[in-house]
Amino acid sequence: SLAGFGNLMQDVLWCFSQVKGTIDIGVTEADIISTVEFNHTGELLATGDKGGRVVIFQREQESKNQPHRRGEYNVYSTFQSHEPEFDYLKSLEIEEKINKIRWLPQQNAAYFLLSTNDKTVKLWKVSERDKRPEGYNLKDEDGRLRDPSMITTLRVPVLRPMDLMVEATPRRVFANAHTYHINSISVNSDYETYMSADDLRINLWNFEITNQSFNIVDIKPANMEELTEVITAAEFHPHHCNTFVYSSSKGTIRLCDMRTSALCDRHAKFFEEPEDPSNRSFFSEIISSISDVKFSHSGRYIMTRDYLTVKVWDLNMENRPIETYQVHDYLRSKLCSLYENDCIFDKFECVWNGSDSVIMTGSYNNFFRMFDRNTKRDVTLEASRENSKPRAILKPRKVCVGGKRRKDEISVDSLDFSKKILHTAWHPSENIIAVAATNNLYIFQDKVN
Amino acid sequence: MAAVLGTGARAEETEQEKQDVQEKETVTPERAEEAKLKAKYPNLGQKPGGSDFLMKRLQKGQKYFDSGDYNMAKAKMKNKQLPSAGPDKNLVTGDHIPTPQDLPQRKSSLVTSKLAG
Repeated sequence: SLAGFGNLMQDVLWCFSQVKGTIDIGVTEADIISTVEFNHTGELLATGDKGGRVVIFQREQESKNQPHRRGEYNVYSTFQSHEPEFDYLKSLEIEEKINKIRWLPQQNAAYFLLSTNDKTVKLWKVSERDKRPEGYNLKDEDGRLRDPSMITTLRVPVLRPMDLMVEATPRRVFANAHTYHINSISVNSDYETYMSADDLRINLWNFEITNQSFNIVDIKPANMEELTEVITAAEFHPHHCNTFVYSSSKGTIRLCDMRTSALCDRHAKFFEEPEDPSNRSFFSEIISSISDVKFSHSGRYIMTRDYLTVKVWDLNMENRPIETYQVHDYLRSKLCSLYENDCIFDKFECVWNGSDSVIMTGSYNNFFRMFDRNTKRDVTLEASRENSKPRAILKPRKVCVGGKRRKDEISVDSLDFSKKILHTAWHPSENIIAVAATNNLYIFQDKVN
Repeated sequence: MAAVLGTGARAEETEQEKQDVQEKETVTPERAEEAKLKAKYPNLGQKPGGSDFLMKRLQKGQKYFDSGDYNMAKAKMKNKQLPSAGPDKNLVTGDHIPTPQDLPQRKSSLVTSKLAG
């Protein structure tokens, strides 16, 4: 066995593949990546940033000449999705930061994605143009109008090949439906509707209709002084178009069935782990707040991320999770300073691999963690420029909690809390992952033999 | 802890001592951190992680401006400079009256993302 080396999770060895972005001493705020998402085939990888921009990478066809290089991701399209706005009526500054991107399944040659900031969801169409018409009668090749009296013959315009051009156009803008800040969007399995969730409400949209949406969840209390919890994330079931879940700042998850009533204020299922009252502290509620909720691909499980753990729940068991994984429990004795520097409010996301056998989430110091649900083994890896030689195998990292620090371990006090991995994505069917480290995007793959 | 009937007072004392020692030894890390925080900020809200955080979350992006205050301050300090924003231009506190010069420029990023470079 490879003692102390190699990440022994079903014999997967993770290797560096690519890194996008620049090495800057000071990071420009706009360049901070705020969301990462593969499309349904894994052919495309989209990122959104704080500056409101979207960059889409496309996987190159694998070449028989270079069998060691599995398809690399290169820039396919980039566009400005959202701009900063000011709502004068409410005196509210609206950030252009892209909170989430979600792809629609591909139905024709064009690609469609939803991108959202705090207030407005947009449907973008990304399409290719590789031909253009030439030989117009009434205008010349530069587009200038020809003098009709000078035209003596007629010709039929023909389509000629041109350099590939990828265009992104906004096809729908879904605005003015959220009083509070949008945290999630989720495409329904009917491919006709999607939902957008803010702190207190969830709305259901039809892709074709932008001037109306249905409110399906409203947890705003009549008296705001009675507010005790907010919605933190929401997602549709991958197969049952009537079912969705939403998580709260109190660590609970509600599953709702849209068939029961128009307004799903009463949940069909309520998932909550009983709290040990002797463990309760000032921090309990804050660290139990769920920052992300994701259905497994099978639709049988949901995974939730709170500040210190990732939990897997069986839809058929509401009273406790079936699995709990410690992401960075050593932070429990640092909660005071993490509260003071606001890190305790960081919102980490979590993802499933294609077969739902491994889950992944980020941590600090550019570390990210993977948990194998079958073998119960876990590994900590790091996204860093130092490990960025092509096909270099990532060495597992270890945080030393106390006592004697081994040579290649790092102590809790040396962790860099400004280097947080909040957003990661896993290719739908292969062992390819995308990890956003502030303003850099890392792509890792499993070792090709 | 209730004394078991028939147990001598001495035994009860020992139980209590044991419990005290246990409590001192097994203060959870969370509770220890809580004590640290309360020592630094004695006036910390009574509600643990309660609605103060939630209200702050809901009010993200809210800017405050009172045109009456602004114009009166301008009139009062005709020849003097208005107190200007500190390093954090997004935070308006105390005597600071926001002026158009203080507001961060609402520009859109026309610069292409460096990921696409």
